[in-house]
Amino acid sequence: MHRFANPTQFMRIADAVYPWAAGLSLILFLAGLPIALVTSPPDYQQGETVRIMYVHVSSAWLMMMVYGIVAANSAAFLVWRHPMANLVAKASAPMGAVFTALALITGMLWGQPMWGTFWVWDGRLTSTLILFFLYLGYLALGDAFEDSERGDKAAAILALVGSVNLPIIHFSVEWWNTLHQPSIIKMDGMTVDKSLLLPLFLMMGAFTSYYVAVLVLRLRSELLAAKIRNARMSQVAVNQAAQPAE
Amino acid sequence: MSAFSTVLARDLRLALRQSADSLTVVAFFAIATVLFPFGVGPETNVLARIAGGVLWVTALLAALLSLDRIFAVDFEDGTLDQLVLAGAPLPVVVVAKVCAHWLTTGVPLILVSPLLAVTLHLPAAGYGPLVLALLLGTPTVSLVGAVGAALVLGTRRGGVLLSLLVLPLYIPILIFGTAAVEAALTGLPSTPMLSVLAGFMVLALTFSPWATAAALRQAVE
Repeated sequence: MHRFANPTQFMRIADAVYPWAAGLSLILFLAGLPIALVTSPPDYQQGETVRIMYVHVSSAWLMMMVYGIVAANSAAFLVWRHPMANLVAKASAPMGAVFTALALITGMLWGQPMWGTFWVWDGRLTSTLILFFLYLGYLALGDAFEDSERGDKAAAILALVGSVNLPIIHFSVEWWNTLHQPSIIKMDGMTVDKSLLLPLFLMMGAFTSYYVAVLVLRLRSELLAAKIRNARMSQVAVNQAAQPAE
Repeated sequence: MSAFSTVLARDLRLALRQSADSLTVVAFFAIATVLFPFGVGPETNVLARIAGGVLWVTALLAALLSLDRIFAVDFEDGTLDQLVLAGAPLPVVVVAKVCAHWLTTGVPLILVSPLLAVTLHLPAAGYGPLVLALLLGTPTVSLVGAVGAALVLGTRRGGVLLSLLVLPLYIPILIFGTAAVEAALTGLPSTPMLSVLAGFMVLALTFSPWATAAALRQAVE
C-alpha cells in the first residue's frame, strides 16, 4: 500500500480507473433512473413515495462509506504521513457532506407523507445529523489555520475522533426502536421485494462510481493546483535571483 | 505518576490564584439558566418539565466557554512546548490537565446545579439523578472538550470553531443526562442512563487522552 503514496504512481492508477468509473456511473444512471423513477412498481404500502428511497438509501450508503474513507485515509496520513492519503481525505469530505445533506433532505421529503412529519428525534436521524456536523467541523478545521499542513493534521485527528459515530449510525435502528425502519439489506436475506431491489442496487452502484469518478477529478485538479503553486514560487525565486542585489 | 500530580497541582494552583475564571463560568451557568423562566414564562409545571434539559444545555455551554483555558494560555506562553518536550508521557499530562479543568469548572457547576434547579421548580425526585448524571457526565465533557481545545490551538477563530467541533460530540451526553432526570420524574429507575453515562466516561478516558496528545504534538511542532 506504500506504493500508492507516490502521487505519480497513484495518479497513473487513478487515471486508468477514471474512464471506467465515469462510464459505469453514466450507464448505471441511464439504466437505473428510468427503472427507479418510472418502470419499477410502486410499493404496496408506500405507493409512489418508495421512489425517494432509491436516492435516499444510495446517499446514505455513500455518506457512511465516504466518512469511512476519510477516517481511514486520515489514519494513514497521521501514521505514515502519506500526502496522497491526506489529499484523498480532503477531496472526499465535501462530497461526503453533500451526500449526508442529500440523505437528510430526501429522508425528510419521504418522512412527511409516510410518517406525517419532516423530522423526528430518532436515533438514526440524530446520529446522521451529527455526522453532517462532523463533516462541517472537518472542513472548517482544515481551513482554519494559516499553515495548511497544521490544518490537515488537526482535521485528520478530528476525523478519527468522529469515527465513533459510524457504528452508532449503523446500529441506531437496532438499539432504539423508533420510527426509522431497520436495514433492508442484510447478509441473511433481504426484507424487500426483488422488483424494488434491482433499481436500488443500480442506483447505489451509480452513486458509488460517480463518487469514484469525481474523486479522481478532484485529486487531479488538486495536484495540478499544487504544481501551479510550485511553478509560481520558483518563478518568483528566479525573478528575484535575476535582479541585481541592491 | 509524579508528572500527573505535578501538572495537576500546578494547574490547580494557577486556577486558585485566578479564581475569577472559575467563578465566571459558574456565573454564566446561572445567568443563562435564569434566562429560561423569562423566555418560556414562569409557569411552574412548564419549568419543572424542562428543568433537567435546561440545566444540562446551559452546563454544556458553560463548560464550552471554559475549554480554551485548558491549553490556550500554556500554548501562548510556551509552557506547552516544555510539557511536550519534558519526556513525561503526554497522555498522562493531558489527563492531569483535564482533571484540573474538571475540578475547577465541572465540580463548581455540579455544586450550583441543585440551587438553580430550585429556581426552575425541579420536582424533588429529580435532584439525585441530576447531580449524579452531572457527576458522571461532566468528566466526559472535559475529556472530549480537551480534544477540541487542542485541535483549535493557533486557529484564527478558535472559539466558534471549537463549538462546531465539540457540541456534536456532546449530544449523546446531553441525551442520556437529560433522560436520567426525565426517568426519575416519571417514576422509572434512572440507573440505566447513569450506567450509559459512566460507560461514555470510560470510553472517553480510554481514547481522548491519546487523541488530545496527538493534537498537542502537532500543535507545537
